[in-house]
Amino acid sequence: MSKDNQILEEFTSKEYEHGWSVNYEADEAPIGLNEDIIKWISAKKEEPQWLLDWRLKAFRHWQEMTEPEWANVTYPKIDLQALRYYSAPKQAKKPKSLDEIDPELLQIYERLGISLNEQKRLQGIAVDAVLDSVSVGTTFKETLSKLGIIFCSFSEAVQEHPELVKKYLGSVVPMTDNYYAALNSAVFSDGSFCYIPSGVRCPMELSTYFRINAANTGQFERTLIVAEDDSYVSYLEGCTAPQRDENQLHAAVVEIYAAKNAEVKYSTVQNWFPGDKEGKGGIYNFVTKRGICAGDNSKISWTQVETGSAVTWKYPSCILKGDNSVGEFYSVAVTNNYQQADTGTKMIHIGKNTKSRIVSKGISAGKSQNSYRGQVQVMKRATNARNFSQCDSLLMGDKCGAHTFPYIDIQNSTAMVEHEATTSKIGEDQLFYCNQRGISTEDAVALIVNGYAKEVLNQLPMEFAVEAQKLLALTLEGSVG
Amino acid sequence: MLTIKNLHASIEGNPILKGINLEVKAGEVHAIMGPNGSGKSTLASVLAGREEYEITEGEVLFKNKDLLDLAPEDRAREGVFLAFQYPVEIPGVSTTNFLRTAVNQVREYRGQEPLDAVKFLSVMKEKMKLVEIDQKLLSRSLNEGFSGGEKKRNEIFQMAMLEPTLSILDETDSGLDIDALRIVSNGVNKLKSAETATIVVTHYQRLLEYIVPDFVHVLYNGRIVKSGTKELALELEEKGYDWIKEEANAASV
Repeated sequence: MSKDNQILEEFTSKEYEHGWSVNYEADEAPIGLNEDIIKWISAKKEEPQWLLDWRLKAFRHWQEMTEPEWANVTYPKIDLQALRYYSAPKQAKKPKSLDEIDPELLQIYERLGISLNEQKRLQGIAVDAVLDSVSVGTTFKETLSKLGIIFCSFSEAVQEHPELVKKYLGSVVPMTDNYYAALNSAVFSDGSFCYIPSGVRCPMELSTYFRINAANTGQFERTLIVAEDDSYVSYLEGCTAPQRDENQLHAAVVEIYAAKNAEVKYSTVQNWFPGDKEGKGGIYNFVTKRGICAGDNSKISWTQVETGSAVTWKYPSCILKGDNSVGEFYSVAVTNNYQQADTGTKMIHIGKNTKSRIVSKGISAGKSQNSYRGQVQVMKRATNARNFSQCDSLLMGDKCGAHTFPYIDIQNSTAMVEHEATTSKIGEDQLFYCNQRGISTEDAVALIVNGYAKEVLNQLPMEFAVEAQKLLALTLEGSVG
Repeated sequence: MLTIKNLHASIEGNPILKGINLEVKAGEVHAIMGPNGSGKSTLASVLAGREEYEITEGEVLFKNKDLLDLAPEDRAREGVFLAFQYPVEIPGVSTTNFLRTAVNQVREYRGQEPLDAVKFLSVMKEKMKLVEIDQKLLSRSLNEGFSGGEKKRNEIFQMAMLEPTLSILDETDSGLDIDALRIVSNGVNKLKSAETATIVVTHYQRLLEYIVPDFVHVLYNGRIVKSGTKELALELEEKGYDWIKEEANAASV
């Protein structure tokens, strides 16, 4: 092993920072999965009959499905009957305001650096915090409601705005879409709901912070964002989990609906526990994220910084239905140690003059495998569709892998589709140059990696960009080569 | 300031330096000349700590410390600066950002407070004048798409920012037109002081018209075979290296 590789190795063997868990009393569903469990969850959440019916329909459909195996990842089969599908921190009664939330729960978020206390919040970000299966609190609700913006937990939306939930739930990701989306539809417990009325520009970043705390619990949250005509919203999602020996399952669904002239920006900084250096433990992250640009001139932009999870399987996609609509996907996916990521996007051009842009930056270190999988589809009616894709891979060391699987399907001859791809290694020359200027190897790697990912990081809101930069450096600490 | 004693270095088992002896004092400018493949750039790289070279014999003292014992970043922090012959590109990292990281790590090592953004910018503005470098260039990705002249100017600009005690210029004149050569040399001259020393590695006498050396050494086949004053450089320019080679070969028989 070269000296270079040795340094890389040291640099990428940094431990996971959020690997603590808190003991709190939880309200849990029995272990296992069947119709009774689904009824139990629905009853627990005092849901209307139509939603229970919807869940059961999804469950029955799911039972007919088989787990997909086409992704470039390997992991032992998950025993879905050994999981718990609902775990909620026990509170005397439902909190009416943030003041009534159990201080211990607030502390969990304080430890993560997320203060739910509105006074202390960074200005301009409203947060919905989800612990295990339920939302524990949403900040800035009043400020937002004055503008007609609804930002609350999914359960609350079911109670307070059933007509909206009924109209849009499953409209972008049908319950039958895929194995994990169907499972999520059957057992989802909570998540965030966001509705921006016509003509409203949301004045602050909306943010959801997900944390898995309980052991042997799957987290199945559901996020639904609806942006009406001429509206704008920027939405952030952050994720962490404790360090556990067993793998935990996270199978979320995110749906975005953008009406005429609406714009939705969705940013994720995903830092689920990736497993330890030997590849033990970690989160299986099987997520379905999709947005539809339903109205003309609408725009949906996905930005993701993926540093965590043992196995990631995730393709935030855009259906460009409205004429002149725009879809964007910016991604940095880092894998280290034994992590596996199969991630990318789908851009489906249906409307005329639709445009999409894909910028994917993969970084592989340790013994990890990092795959980009992307599909660009131009339908018959989509005249003058444009796509630009750029897929770059950066390798650190000589034991990791980077793979690119682009799929292009064009049915309209006016389409213009460009694909660029590069693969590079952090060079000894670059490291030596930095060293010669007095920069330590660790900082040199952080500098080079952040430079490489800059185009994507620039898409993130300021506070998130800083957090993401630190996270990138942290994830790769001990991995230089 | 710098004492090199009987330095031997090899790469992949091939000896390149075969017993270098050199003494550099504060305030001096030393030129290292010699034909291609004589070991000039190797000497510069070994002093800066490039890892692919193996030191097989000898020692190097810098400010009375064992230089060879220090990691490359610590050598830099101690005050050794290498202006690279081929500066590398780092996409997505601006020169400004790069230098701020470097300057503050060096300052930390030297027990100085880090410079905040405002202070850093004002220092930068002052040093920019030395090499007539444009701020726009500094906000671009480090060396990416820079012309040969811009890269070399950027090297000297970095040197100005890091305030080294020993600067090693490795073929800084290569790829420079006459104007760029003048600007770069002016920068180097302005940075000289009684406390600092400079080692200029070059093929040609041309650079030495601008950066006037106190001593000129000729490196051939891994050894310094002749030392003199700036007149030696002129003689080499006129007569080439063949007579040196002959002398050296005769001496070693």
